[in-house]
Amino acid sequence: MNFKAWEGFVGGKWNAEGEVNVRDFIQCNYTPYEGGSEFLAKPTEATLKLWDEILDLSKKERENGGVLDADVKTVSALTSHPAGYIDKALEKIVGLQTDKPFKRALQPFGGIKMAEQALNMYGYEIDPEVKEIFTKYRKTHNDGVYDVYTPEMRRARRAHILTGLPDTYGRGRIVGDYRRVALYGVDYLISCKEKDKANIDGTMVPDKIRDREELSEQIKALKALKELAAIYGHDISKPAENAQQAIQALYFGYLAAVKDQNGAAMSIGRNSTFLDVYIERDIARGILTEEHAQELIDHFVMKLRIIKFMRIKEYNELFSGDPTWVTESIGGMGIDGRTLVTRSSFRILHTLTNLGPAPEPNLTVLWSRYLPEGFKKFCAALSVKTSAIQYESDDLMRPEMGDDYCIACCVSCMRVGKDMQFFGARANLAKCLLYAINGGKDELVKDKATGKALQVSPVFEPISGDGALNYDEVIAKYDQTMDWLAELYVNVLNVIHYMHDKYSYEALEMALHDTEVRRFFATGIAGLSCAVDSLSAIKYAKVYPVRNEEGVAVDFRIEGDYPKYGNNDDRVDCIAVWLLKTFMNKIKRQTVYRCGVPTTSILTITSNVVYGKNTGNTPDGRRAGEPLAPGANPMHGRDCCGALASLESVAKLPYEYSRDGISNTFSITPASLGKSAEAQVTNLVNMLDGYVASGGHHLNVNVFSRDTLLDAQAHPEKYPQLTIRVSGYAVNFNKLTREQQNDVISRTIHSTF
Amino acid sequence: MTGKIHSFESFGTVDGPGIRFVVFMQGCPMRCKYCHNPDTWEFSGGSEFTAQEVANKVLKYKNYFKDDGGVTVSGGEPLMQAAFVRELFSLLKREGVHTALDTSGINFDRNDENIKELLNLTDLVLLDIKHIDDGEHKKLTGHSNAKPLEFAEYLSEIGKDAVIRHVLVPGITDNDQYLIELKKFIARLKNVKGVEILPYHAMGEIKYEKMGIAYPLKGVNPPEKERVENAKYILRGEL
Repeated sequence: MNFKAWEGFVGGKWNAEGEVNVRDFIQCNYTPYEGGSEFLAKPTEATLKLWDEILDLSKKERENGGVLDADVKTVSALTSHPAGYIDKALEKIVGLQTDKPFKRALQPFGGIKMAEQALNMYGYEIDPEVKEIFTKYRKTHNDGVYDVYTPEMRRARRAHILTGLPDTYGRGRIVGDYRRVALYGVDYLISCKEKDKANIDGTMVPDKIRDREELSEQIKALKALKELAAIYGHDISKPAENAQQAIQALYFGYLAAVKDQNGAAMSIGRNSTFLDVYIERDIARGILTEEHAQELIDHFVMKLRIIKFMRIKEYNELFSGDPTWVTESIGGMGIDGRTLVTRSSFRILHTLTNLGPAPEPNLTVLWSRYLPEGFKKFCAALSVKTSAIQYESDDLMRPEMGDDYCIACCVSCMRVGKDMQFFGARANLAKCLLYAINGGKDELVKDKATGKALQVSPVFEPISGDGALNYDEVIAKYDQTMDWLAELYVNVLNVIHYMHDKYSYEALEMALHDTEVRRFFATGIAGLSCAVDSLSAIKYAKVYPVRNEEGVAVDFRIEGDYPKYGNNDDRVDCIAVWLLKTFMNKIKRQTVYRCGVPTTSILTITSNVVYGKNTGNTPDGRRAGEPLAPGANPMHGRDCCGALASLESVAKLPYEYSRDGISNTFSITPASLGKSAEAQVTNLVNMLDGYVASGGHHLNVNVFSRDTLLDAQAHPEKYPQLTIRVSGYAVNFNKLTREQQNDVISRTIHSTF
Repeated sequence: MTGKIHSFESFGTVDGPGIRFVVFMQGCPMRCKYCHNPDTWEFSGGSEFTAQEVANKVLKYKNYFKDDGGVTVSGGEPLMQAAFVRELFSLLKREGVHTALDTSGINFDRNDENIKELLNLTDLVLLDIKHIDDGEHKKLTGHSNAKPLEFAEYLSEIGKDAVIRHVLVPGITDNDQYLIELKKFIARLKNVKGVEILPYHAMGEIKYEKMGIAYPLKGVNPPEKERVENAKYILRGEL
């Protein structure tokens, strides 16, 4: 195949007739960059003006209670809305979710009730006709799930041993290969899908029928994608001819996905090095300057920053702060040893400087010990400045996943366009431990009929007596209870994903995948460190159950001390490893939907607060309602041997058993990171290298400045885990008196030199 | 052999270069008024570890040390347990770990074999000179500064790399005359790789409260930024 648009590109497998191979295109054409950041350009006037307009809209949105505008009538689809602009004259990259910026779309296919509730919450009324259609004539994913849920599934959901299940909202975490739109043009992608469809024939068993139907949906979606571009006056039927067209085509692909789906996490993939090929070609041709290359990236990122969905209140409690997880994966190494870092890896991170820090897009650096030093230092310096970057170990993922994978959501690794996942929320293993002790009775939730503790699982023999809990007995019961939970959990997810495919199929995203796709069947763990510390307390201290009149253990009395997860102490860390392996092995034993590859993650995002709220007193001494630790983090305040001991405990969790990711959130003050700006950067680089060398998977790096500390003093609820480490000891900022806080604040000013 | 240890910090970034595993020894004869670790004073406290046990803990973090990081033994006063630290450093040097000793030199004895051998195994000494004036030193710490100054001179004699540290306390050490005297002393030494001014902070006060000890510097504020700059100017500048 040859297109004029490909002039100057080196050919390879990627342009052979019938092939779709973006990785090969990158490998044949990209220019690794090993230098520093000195080439980067400042924002253009147009960028600054446009960003000011967005900041103004954001302010209005906040003042309006969180939502500025919402569509109550037009059901969102690829071509549902006319063109919308922020400021048409200034925008280099165009396209909005609706006809106006910050106007949230109506997306009822996941569930009409949820769509209606979300509107009501913010003072809007759904159009009665839409409601009637989606109640009487068009079934939704949510309706399908509830038609099938068993009483036991409903109990588990009500008791919150399973929480955050995507049964009321889009499952998300599917990342289309949006680069294909730019590289090949939509017409070619349609022709490939048509061939794939023609290949599925013979006896029409249900799987084949479904595959043919899905391919038809995909082809329709691709046609609609072309129409979407046409609404904005663009033609994306053929390959992009230059950098601006490439970014625009890629963005239309992504925009189509978010118009089609309001998935929990709508990640965008791994694009900067792909786009770099176009940018460098334009620069070499003399038709693009560095300033305008940066402008294109800045405008693209601005669009990603304003992706929004209409959510219900409960959802915001789970995942606070209106997140969309437009995750963009950056950097990493190639399997041939060349770095995948390009100038555009710098450019996309540079948006944090040009536009200021922001949570979206979720900029994710694929960290390797072998990354060029200039890039490492650039990232670390940006982390110190903005706290906006997360890091994931490329050295851990590359051997299995190759060098063209991306991160969906926070930590889920998938080969772009070749893997998808069925998102699985998480099971609360801390609560499961309480069920083991109480024979499957919930420690908080009552049976509505009897007023007694709700029996969630079938009746198991509880641990009786008032003596200290026996570790071996608890482990045996826990094992049994996890058997029950794993089976139930997978069954619930099977129902959810069956219905999601049936009533809210991600046709556009799947059209940008290979037809023969690998499906991960994701599950998740919440409350790991709480469960682990509880088991450690039972093993190394004496833990006596305190029972209510029903005999349910609702509290625990602890005598003596016990080793705590987070201190690099093998006595307890090996319990964490055991728990992960045990749970994952139980998940693997189940029959999963569509022959998925079972995985699990240790990731809660901010939902650790809700999980904690719904979990009673635990044997580690945690009080009922207190948050669990996020992800794989140690319980807060229990890691007392310094930051690296805490990192090392987490790094012991074997990634092979938690292939969907192991999340660790790390906060530090600049002063504790090093005495000078230079030392801070070097120490952070060495810390990341060390964590990766130890087998750590993911690290959220928070470096809080004085301004942040002042803000934390005024709004402590925003910083529940801000830790101040000084030489010799660590303190929780919120636990300091106001005077002490002032002292810390003044100290970071005065002592840093 | 075993040592008495107060605590460990796996991510030390202020006591020596790079990322450092810091061992805080238990027990110190000094009673510096600004001490922020009064819980390390008593020799009866702490937990016992063998040198091998501590070395094993340190070595877990080798991945993080890179070119400049390593171990720092602080305290308490590490020279009070010189034989133990000597054994620890000998184990760590075998593994190529950079070693730093954070000390006041209060119990320095040039005939002590353990101290001499320990210094052979030490890559960098962080020497805290509390006060250049002997009378003020006694008031501040309860001891004469003769030993610390002799120790500083000895380090210069043997050519041992050292960083001089000085805590700047308004009204006690933050006095130009004293700072100039200190600078003159430092200028005579041939082994000084750097001078660090540590601005006094009151973060330790809460520990005094918990331990039921009166805080000697109650009401003393951290030094103003200008005074820190002034001290840096004097101590780091040319005479």
